[in-house]
Amino acid sequence: MSRLGEVLAAAKADGRAALIGYLPAGYPSVEHGAAAMTAMVEAGVDIVEVGLPYSDPLMDGPTIQTAVERSLARRTTTADVLDTVREVAKTGAATLVMSYWNPINRFGVRRFADEMVAAGGAGVITPDLTPDEAGEWLEATDATGLDRIFLVAPSSTDVRLRYTAQHCSGFVYAASTMGVTGSRTSVGSAAQALVARTRAVTDLPICVGLGVSDADQAAQVASFADGVIVGSAFVRRLLDAPSPEAGRDAVAALADELAAGVRRGARHV
Amino acid sequence: MSTPDASGHFGAYGGRFVPEALMAALDELTVAFEKARQDERFQGELAGLLSSYAGRPSPVTEARRFGEHAGGARVLLKREDLNHTGSHKINNVLGQALLTRGMGKTRVIAETGAGQHGVATATAAALLDLECVVYMGEQDTRRQALNVARMRLLGAEVVPVTAGSRTLKDAMNEAMRDWVTNVDSTHYLIGSVAGPHPFPMMVRDFQRIIGDEARTQVIDLTGRLPDAVAACVGGGSNAMGIFAAFLDDADVRLYGFEAAGDGVETGRHAASITGGSPGVLHGSRSYVLQDDMGQTIESHSISAGLDYPGVGPQHAYLHDTGRATYRPITDVRAMDAFRLLCRTEGIIPAIESAHALAGALDIGRELGADATVLVNLSGRGDKDVDTAATWFGVVSDEELLAAARASVAEPAQDASGEGW
Repeated sequence: MSRLGEVLAAAKADGRAALIGYLPAGYPSVEHGAAAMTAMVEAGVDIVEVGLPYSDPLMDGPTIQTAVERSLARRTTTADVLDTVREVAKTGAATLVMSYWNPINRFGVRRFADEMVAAGGAGVITPDLTPDEAGEWLEATDATGLDRIFLVAPSSTDVRLRYTAQHCSGFVYAASTMGVTGSRTSVGSAAQALVARTRAVTDLPICVGLGVSDADQAAQVASFADGVIVGSAFVRRLLDAPSPEAGRDAVAALADELAAGVRRGARHV
Repeated sequence: MSTPDASGHFGAYGGRFVPEALMAALDELTVAFEKARQDERFQGELAGLLSSYAGRPSPVTEARRFGEHAGGARVLLKREDLNHTGSHKINNVLGQALLTRGMGKTRVIAETGAGQHGVATATAAALLDLECVVYMGEQDTRRQALNVARMRLLGAEVVPVTAGSRTLKDAMNEAMRDWVTNVDSTHYLIGSVAGPHPFPMMVRDFQRIIGDEARTQVIDLTGRLPDAVAACVGGGSNAMGIFAAFLDDADVRLYGFEAAGDGVETGRHAASITGGSPGVLHGSRSYVLQDDMGQTIESHSISAGLDYPGVGPQHAYLHDTGRATYRPITDVRAMDAFRLLCRTEGIIPAIESAHALAGALDIGRELGADATVLVNLSGRGDKDVDTAATWFGVVSDEELLAAARASVAEPAQDASGEGW
């Protein structure tokens, strides 16, 4: 079993959903970004998504766009992203990269998979790559054992749910709503329906992302999903902080609340 | 060569690199388009709009005095500038707007650079009673203020995009974000032969009427096929539209002219094929301006409509196979050709189209006086008058600003009879 599979299985054995936290690499700096991610893990995040900053993030709302633009303005490189993975993986958390396809394509698909494994990375989430165009990626991940996580959405047909889940390993990423990343006041019933439809076609764990920003929402999602993914709410803590240290502390405080949330949610299962 | 495979690949290019959330909508669109192709009622309605509303067929004009500067070659202009809304964009927009209605959607969104596609979309939306939102880079809303006003007069909402480089690529990102959020009610009316399958194929086929008409018109006029076809290439819809009818005519040379801005060697350009490399941008694989990390590099061109760091995937394929030749044209050369057409033919071209005119001067000189060169005059230059006047110093910035201030200060109803 991959590191990612182990962490998800351990959470399940605890009778709760896993907590997955996202931050982009290189913001507010490479070192401070990695420190915030490490603090996240110490406060209860089980799985870290390291965002690879990209110039055209068409799945992201304004919060993540802002942080990513600032990261790129500091000339964060793919090597910096891999260094961040190396730092975070030292904590023992399953460490993933979330990346649009072009930076991986440009770096070299097989080379990226090899360097991820060497850095201790467990898997990669690809928001704009579906299995349809993933031939080279399927080969590289099969060869290296890196987990590959594709997304399903409320608009996915049953045929596509099955097709997408068949090509995933680690977990299936269920997008809770139609839309881009960012906090929402409620995570709708669409997420629960999507998880149910996906369960019907796969035995893989199903983690839900997009829109979850507080402990109550985390508890709600944790009652029906195997993992709760939180991104923009963490990024917002960094953006609003007066200093990198304050940002790290704010991220840790949110992780603490959300970790309590996923444990509370478990009672509803 | 003319048809992509079932999943939208032209050789190694094209395909669909989009969030899963959009896959169902792209499948639905593909089915709707394939059905419309076979549907006589749809084709009849589109043909009717193209003739009675857009003003097709557009004529072919022989540019004799301009041709004297092109080595004496016979230069024929396909006059897409004479279409309703002033460019070739209306051909595609009418087709997609009819499809939108057929799919039961009530809202269209679009990206625009120069504003030509946004104006065309706003026009079709008004005609077919669709809600319309146009995303436009903030920098372009300033460069093309006149077209912003036109869109608003037509009832569209224009959203200035302040993310990233604030130009066409960022407008496209924002439109994609809107689409993924509102896909149930909304069709994304992409204006170029770019984006995920089926857009490159579909937009080409809606624009193919340019080439089909021109091929017949040139044969009627000259008794034979042209020796060369020239078009400007940003995303490449006008070029793909005219090329499509000539792809199987092996003796007809096809030339696409990319915007070289300050010169490809300066790094400040928009020539994706000449100065870029294969990559993925906005949903398909093609040539892209990108750095070593795969980050999109900002493009530069005096022409807002060509100021885009990507190009349609079929152009990438035609380049790799050698069927078409792509060359860069700098701002300076485009503006020289712009002025030449104004002075020799009494036609003010869009600055986009001026890139094709500059290229045609080269081709004419290369092929000689016996050659016939067909140029796609894809749009008219009304929207570019400010840019061109400033470029040539016909009026100074200060004079332009003073005139703008005066017209703002003056009550609209007293100004020009256009206030309302």
